[in-house]
Amino acid sequence: MDIFVQQLINGLVLGAIYALVALGYTMVYGILGLINFAHGEVVMIGAMVALSVIQVLVASGIALPGPVIAALGLLAAMPVCMVLGFAIERVAYRPLRNAPRLAALITAIGVSILLQNVAMIIWGRQYHSFPALLPSTPHQLAGATINDLQIFIVLLAIAIMAGLLYLVHRTRLGRAMRATSENPEIAGLMGVDINTVISITFVIGSALAAVAGVMISAYYGIAHYFMGFMLGLKAFTAAVLGGIGNLAGAMLGGVLLGVIESLGAGYIGALTGGFLGSHYQDVFAFLVLILVLTLRPSGLLGERVAERS
Amino acid sequence: MHRRPAFGVVLGLTLAFLLSACGKEAPPPPAPKAEAPKPPPEVVVKIGSVAPLTGPQSHLGKDNENGTRLAIEEVNAKGLMIGGAKVRFELLSEDDQADPKTGTIVAQKLVDAKVAGVIGHLNSGTTIPASKIYHDAGIVQISPSATNPKYTEQGYQGAFRVMANDVQQGKTLGDYAVSKMGAKRIAIIDDRTAYGQGLADEFEKAAKAGGATLVGREYTNDKATDFRAILTSIKGKKPDLVFYGGMDAQAGLMVAQMKTLAVKARFLAGDGAQSPEFIKLAGPAADGVVASSPGLPLDKMPGGKGFTDKFTAKFGPIQIYAPFAYDATLTLIEAMTKANSTDPGKYLPELARTSRQGVTGPIAFDAKGDLKNGPITLYVVKEGKWNPLETVGGDAAAPAAAPAPEKPAAKPAAAPAPAAEKK
Repeated sequence: MDIFVQQLINGLVLGAIYALVALGYTMVYGILGLINFAHGEVVMIGAMVALSVIQVLVASGIALPGPVIAALGLLAAMPVCMVLGFAIERVAYRPLRNAPRLAALITAIGVSILLQNVAMIIWGRQYHSFPALLPSTPHQLAGATINDLQIFIVLLAIAIMAGLLYLVHRTRLGRAMRATSENPEIAGLMGVDINTVISITFVIGSALAAVAGVMISAYYGIAHYFMGFMLGLKAFTAAVLGGIGNLAGAMLGGVLLGVIESLGAGYIGALTGGFLGSHYQDVFAFLVLILVLTLRPSGLLGERVAERS
Repeated sequence: MHRRPAFGVVLGLTLAFLLSACGKEAPPPPAPKAEAPKPPPEVVVKIGSVAPLTGPQSHLGKDNENGTRLAIEEVNAKGLMIGGAKVRFELLSEDDQADPKTGTIVAQKLVDAKVAGVIGHLNSGTTIPASKIYHDAGIVQISPSATNPKYTEQGYQGAFRVMANDVQQGKTLGDYAVSKMGAKRIAIIDDRTAYGQGLADEFEKAAKAGGATLVGREYTNDKATDFRAILTSIKGKKPDLVFYGGMDAQAGLMVAQMKTLAVKARFLAGDGAQSPEFIKLAGPAADGVVASSPGLPLDKMPGGKGFTDKFTAKFGPIQIYAPFAYDATLTLIEAMTKANSTDPGKYLPELARTSRQGVTGPIAFDAKGDLKNGPITLYVVKEGKWNPLETVGGDAAAPAAAPAPEKPAAKPAAAPAPAAEKK
């Protein structure tokens, strides 16, 4: 029983991490209908910038509490990512806005490769260990262990989702976003400055990417130049599972994917009598994805037209 | 997401080309004597080096490449005459991303570039499929680090390696786990690569033969970062030892996560985890971890101290296999010198007859191309450093081979202060 609870907690935290990144994917998709493959790389840049600042702070010997150092790192990473997000949209996506979808998709992958290589040149190819700055006091819960950082990550993912929902549905900017999402031309005619709205979307998404990057690095204790790749892939899967373009869907999809992976890895071996091992965990995750997409092509919470965040 | 992997390949290819371009540019600086003061023209001989230069093992790949580079630079600086012409070696470095598919693509690329020999690949999973391509093209290959026995069991004349294989290593680890660490309930994790899986299987055999019970067998992959699910499932089976067949990037994180999940078991791994990188990633959880590595401890290697100094001055700390890559390269070049030819067909017999003193120990090959009497050393992490525990084999091991009269590689006189290993 305690093992089962532990697996659920593992899955929930992993899911929250996917959700943190998936929210960024889904926001851009909601507005532009573009899969921003470079998002995972923005997460990586956020982590690396924060790490550099943190390393300097730690090396300088200033006695600050761990969370403050982490926050300073994050504060430095956010503007960098915001500028980067703005620049990516301006340079790589805007000129192609009216081009066929495929063109924009290829550019997105190009940007992703470019960022990975730039990061490799700046920070090198090795793994960097990320100092343990955030409290990780373990707590016992029904025989399983959960620590402060894990609780914080789950709460943070929920808070960010709630904040974005509020932004999109209750504010003036959000209304402009929804209008742009429905039909950019008409929104433009109605006086919405769609270029600004799209830029702001990218800037917000990139700031969230910085948050995600710092949290993920702190959780695993590492950062490296290609950490965005797998993360982006999994987060994208989570977003599709929940219904891409839907913010609550990103959260749901993330948590679902995390729990399936965790339970899958934990129990496949026992359930199949050792015939399938824990390396089949991804197979089960993608099997669920295929099933969901067959039955509900737009994802669990996806609604095609009415509400793309 | 269905599109991404395909583009990953494209990315890999692009990168491989970019990197190879870099590789070509790099060697010239150490050859300032290209002023051609004498009429005998320079002959450029290409030597390939293949290792993962991107991805989670890129630090190890770079380590191998630099070992080969150092050897080539030294030989070029000295100047070498082969077949009456002055020879300048050129390093062609390729990135196989630790991926078997990419491994065969870059192998073909080296064949097309008409390399005289190949130092590589790093992983068994890439070395084995690539070896067929080199064999078909008649090119000689020495792997500094592929330890899976299958590599030399294919009957390819030109396939060599300069370290003990996994049959020996897995057995050493299994024996050690049972007899010295007192393990009775063992859980095994591997990364499903030719290396990780092969080593884990050999370890399992030896540990079971020693009387230990296997309580869990779990799997991950060589790019994973989250092992909490499989570790939790292992925790439920209450092992007293966890063995991991795989590389340092995963092992480091795994050990750290074992600690947060309060899994109370010792951790044991093979050569892939025995790097400074592992300790960096595992942090305080690294203490007490035991891992093996073919070869002698660096400071006990016959030329270990000198090599460490030269290498670290130029490229920074040694990860694992740089000295082996260095030895493999010099062994290849020595065979060319002796045969007075850079044609693989001509120098291959010389290579098979090799008997020389490398920085990693005496180098001689058996009929299959395996290193004769390769020693294996066990290390434990103490206070953030790998400390040698004991060395197995070297001259006593390898029952199949003839009782070789070679001296043990550790020359007590030549082993100075143990402060050689930096970091």
